[in-house]
Formats: sequence, structure tokens, C-alpha cells
Amino acid sequence: MLTGIVFWVLAVIAVATGVAVFRVDSMARATYALAASFIAVGLVLLLVDLEFLGVITVLMMTMEMAVMGIYMIMFMGMNPALMPMDMVHGKRPALAVAIGTFVVLAAGALLIPWPTRRGAPAADLVTSLGEAVMESKMLVMMTVSPVLFATIVAALVLALPKGRYDRLGDDLRGTDMRAGKAPR
Amino acid sequence: MTLQTMLLVAAALFSVGLYGAISQQVVVMVMMGLELMLNGVILAAAAFWWFLSPTPDGQVLLLVVITAMTVEMAMGFAVATLLHRSRQSDMTDMATDLSR
Amino acid sequence: MTVTEVSVGWVPMAAALLLVVAAAAASLDGALAARSAGQPLGGGLLTPVAETTRLFRQRRRTTAAADLPLQRIGGAGLLTAALLMVAVVPFGRWTVADLTVGIVWFNAMDVLVWAAVWLAGWGPNSAHALVAGYRFLAQALSYELPLMFALTAPAVAAGSLRLGDVVAAQSGLWFVVWMPVAFGVFCVAVAGFSVWGPLGAPASGVFTEASGVDRWLLSTGRYALLTAGAAFGTTAFLGGGHGPLLPAWLWLLVKTAGLLAVLVALRRRLPVVAPERFAAPAWLVALPLVLLQLLFVSVVVVVQA
Repeated sequence: MLTGIVFWVLAVIAVATGVAVFRVDSMARATYALAASFIAVGLVLLLVDLEFLGVITVLMMTMEMAVMGIYMIMFMGMNPALMPMDMVHGKRPALAVAIGTFVVLAAGALLIPWPTRRGAPAADLVTSLGEAVMESKMLVMMTVSPVLFATIVAALVLALPKGRYDRLGDDLRGTDMRAGKAPR
Repeated sequence: MTLQTMLLVAAALFSVGLYGAISQQVVVMVMMGLELMLNGVILAAAAFWWFLSPTPDGQVLLLVVITAMTVEMAMGFAVATLLHRSRQSDMTDMATDLSR
Repeated sequence: MTVTEVSVGWVPMAAALLLVVAAAAASLDGALAARSAGQPLGGGLLTPVAETTRLFRQRRRTTAAADLPLQRIGGAGLLTAALLMVAVVPFGRWTVADLTVGIVWFNAMDVLVWAAVWLAGWGPNSAHALVAGYRFLAQALSYELPLMFALTAPAVAAGSLRLGDVVAAQSGLWFVVWMPVAFGVFCVAVAGFSVWGPLGAPASGVFTEASGVDRWLLSTGRYALLTAGAAFGTTAFLGGGHGPLLPAWLWLLVKTAGLLAVLVALRRRLPVVAPERFAAPAWLVALPLVLLQLLFVSVVVVVQA
């Protein structure tokens, strides 16, 4: 009973803040509305005993949205005062596609005869996840780690305007900077 | 709280995100739409996991979804920074020549 | 020693205890300030009372075109994060929330501080506050990754993310003895997320426009975060409630007070580091060191098993 109430409150928060992301006039408000939506979903995960994944979602998404806020404001050049903004294209078709998708997904959710639950959750879910990652599903994690590493390198290559030679000089010793010369 | 209600909420999140991803002009706002869609995916995956098959495999799948999200964000920010620097623009409409 | 979860009715008591310890820290800071100014210590000890009465009577100013909702959320966020942090810390035999992922929870709450400080800086629509918010995020990016790996070390050693298990694993030897680097990095990070001492550079900027209750919430939040960090550090590295003669809860309180006093005292001993100067040492020195520490801990755990 209590779980049901908590679930519905969190569900309403998640969807309402999700809608707010595209309705509010401030970049900061949009970003933190999305963060609130993620936190609500993270707390719903706690309701179904996914403690590790729920808390990880809250952790990562708060961090990500804090950084995202900087990018939003940096690229859109908005001052903290609220400015009306409506930077959309094809609003009508987009709305139609979104509503169509929702109808199809909702119909699927309600009409498909879902099978009954097979198996029971492990007594200690965190340990079982850790064992899965380190044993039977180790290949997944071994694929994920080079992907993440490649992402770090690729993102830095794309985003950085200058390399380390610009910062530290041709001999990479930083002598130029120490000598008081401005970095090139 | 049943499988159906959780999937309904997930579908709502996904559709709102889809609307944003299609309609927004600013790259960073498109990314927010994508994030919201993945938010729905996380919720749906958690619902399937809990109500259909609560095995460790499902948890690993969720971990992969969260990883995909971080990769999407990192690359999105990098591309947005690059676009901004090279063209002084952050609108998707001004980058359509990239698809040619 | 098993840890039992207390009923919800005890939550106000836990919050009150956190505030009392935080007030004691503020008293100590006031006394140290009075001593360095050559004034009698007694006046300094009453600083929290004096500040509270002053700020509660002060009028709450707002700036032009401020984003008030976000400013209020940010202002209340620090105290909220601190309260949620101590919720998982076992107080002797009792705890408010016995989460299986207590360490990750603490980490998630310290990330909430990122959002709170930035919002408190963004909200007033003031250049000083906004710049300070950005500076705090730059600083947070530097201390967060070393902090995450520092928190991993006790989890690996205890073989569990539950704080009760971490305390139980320290019945023989405190973790600080064989993971001093992780403890040191953790203490720096506590100063970081409390915007305190050497890492307190963004604090004055975020405080610029805050007055009255808003200012009280911010400064109380900082002391509460420092206290919560000390309580968590005691639990994860200093053996929690383990100790001779005294009951476990009293040991936890004594150790927390000790660590907190050291953190408060260091404020006047160390120079403030600008966030941009903090980045290079954090990424190039602290991060590799704490990874080596983690390797050492993992090897010890594997060899023992």
C-alpha cells in the first residue's frame, strides 16, 4: 500500500519534471528538472530492491546534470534572468510522433499477456550483481571498459583546441610557461 | 505498483523524451531529450527485471544502459564543443551539411 | 555486533544530534578565531548562538531577477545532503537506514552538494555568486574521482558496501592503519564538499548575496557536511564504534568529535588553494596514489583469502 503511494508520487514527479524540461524558460531550470526526473526514477529502482543501480543512477545523473548545466549556459549564452525561449522546429509532427509512440507502447504494456515471474531475486542483490559482473558476465564488463576508455580519449581529442605541446612547449617540460611566456 | 503501471510511466518518459529529441533545435537540448528516453528505458528494464525474471543478468543489462548513457553524454558534449568552436553555432539545423 | 535499524521516530533525534555536533564545531571555530584575534575565548565559543540570533532577525534580501526557487533549493540542499549522509552511519548498535549500499549512498549524497552549491551560486543572479558556483564545480571535478576510489578501499577490504560490515571488519585493525593514503584523500575531499579550509575558496562567493535565514542555512549546511564527513570517515577508516570500556555509540561520538576538531583547526593553519591550481595535483598526484593504495588493499585481501 505504502509502496504503491510512493511509487505513484515518484512516477508523477518523474513525468512532470520530464515535461518541464521542454516547457520552462530557463536553461538552469530545464537541466535540474531533468536531474529531478532521474532522481525520481532512481528512487523507484530502490522500491524494486535495485539498491545499487538506483543509488548509482542518482549519483551519476546529478553529476551529469551539474556538468550539463554549464554546457547549456555556455552554448546558449543565457543570463540568469528568465528569458522566454522557444527554439523548436517541427513542433506539430514531433508532438504527433511522440503521442503515437506513447499510444503504441502503452497498448503494448497493457494488452500483451505478460508471463508470470520466473525465479526469485537473490538474497543479496549487490553481491549477486558483483558476482555476475566478475564471473558469468565478465565479457560484458571487459567490452564496456575499452569502450569507456575510447570515449574519454575520443571526447578529449574532439573537444580540446590545443594539445600538450601548446601548453607545455616543444620539449613538454613546461619551460616556456615557467619562463613567463604566454602559452601559445 | 504492477508491471503495467511501471511500463506506462516508462512509456510516458520515453515519449516526452522523443518529443524533445525530435523538436529541439539546440544540440544540448536534443541530448536532454535522448537522456529522458534512456530514463524511460531504465525504468522499463527495472520493471521487466523485477516482475518477470529477477536474475543478475537483468542487473547487468541495466548497468550497460547506464554506461551507454555516459558514453552518449561525453561524445555529445565533445561534438557540441567542436561544433560551437568551428561554427559559433549550436543549432542542429545549421549542421545539416554534415549528413551529406 | 549487529546493527539494527531504528524506527522513523528517531530521525528527528539523529538530525538534532548532527546539528548539536555541528554547532560544537562552529563554537570551536569561533574560539579559535577569537584566540587568533587576541580576544577572550568565551565570546568566541558563543559564536553559533550569536550568529543564529543575528541571522534569524536579519531581513531576507533578494536580488533583482533572482531565480528564487533554485536559490532556495540550493540553500537548503547542503543541510539536506548532510542529513541524508549521516542516515546510513551506524551509531553504535543503531542506524537510521541500514542500506546494503551505504558507501555508494554517501557518495551519491556528496554529489548532491555539487548541484546545491551551483544552484546557490546561480540563483541570486549575481556575478560573484555565479563565478563561485562555477569554481566550485571545477574543484568538485578534481576531488570527486580520488574520493570515489578512496571510498572503494574500505569497501574492498570489508567485502561489502554496507557500513555495518565495514565497521565489523575493523574489529582487529582500523583501516586507517593500512590505507592511510585513502584516508588522507578522503579528508581532503571532506574539506572539498564542505567548501572548507584549503578548499573553501568558492564559499565566500556563494555567500555574497545570501542573508538572513538563507545565509544561516548555507553556513549551517557547511558545518553539517563537515560533521557528516567526519562521522563517515570515523566509520569507514577509524574503526567506527570499536574501542575499549566505553559503549560503541560513545566511541563513535568521541572519534567523530576528534576528527572534526582536527578539520576545524586546520582551517586556520592551511592556505586556501584556488580551484584551478588544485586540478593538477588532484589528477596527477592524488588519483594515481589512491589507485596504488587500492591495488595494495586488493592484493592484501586476495592474499589473505
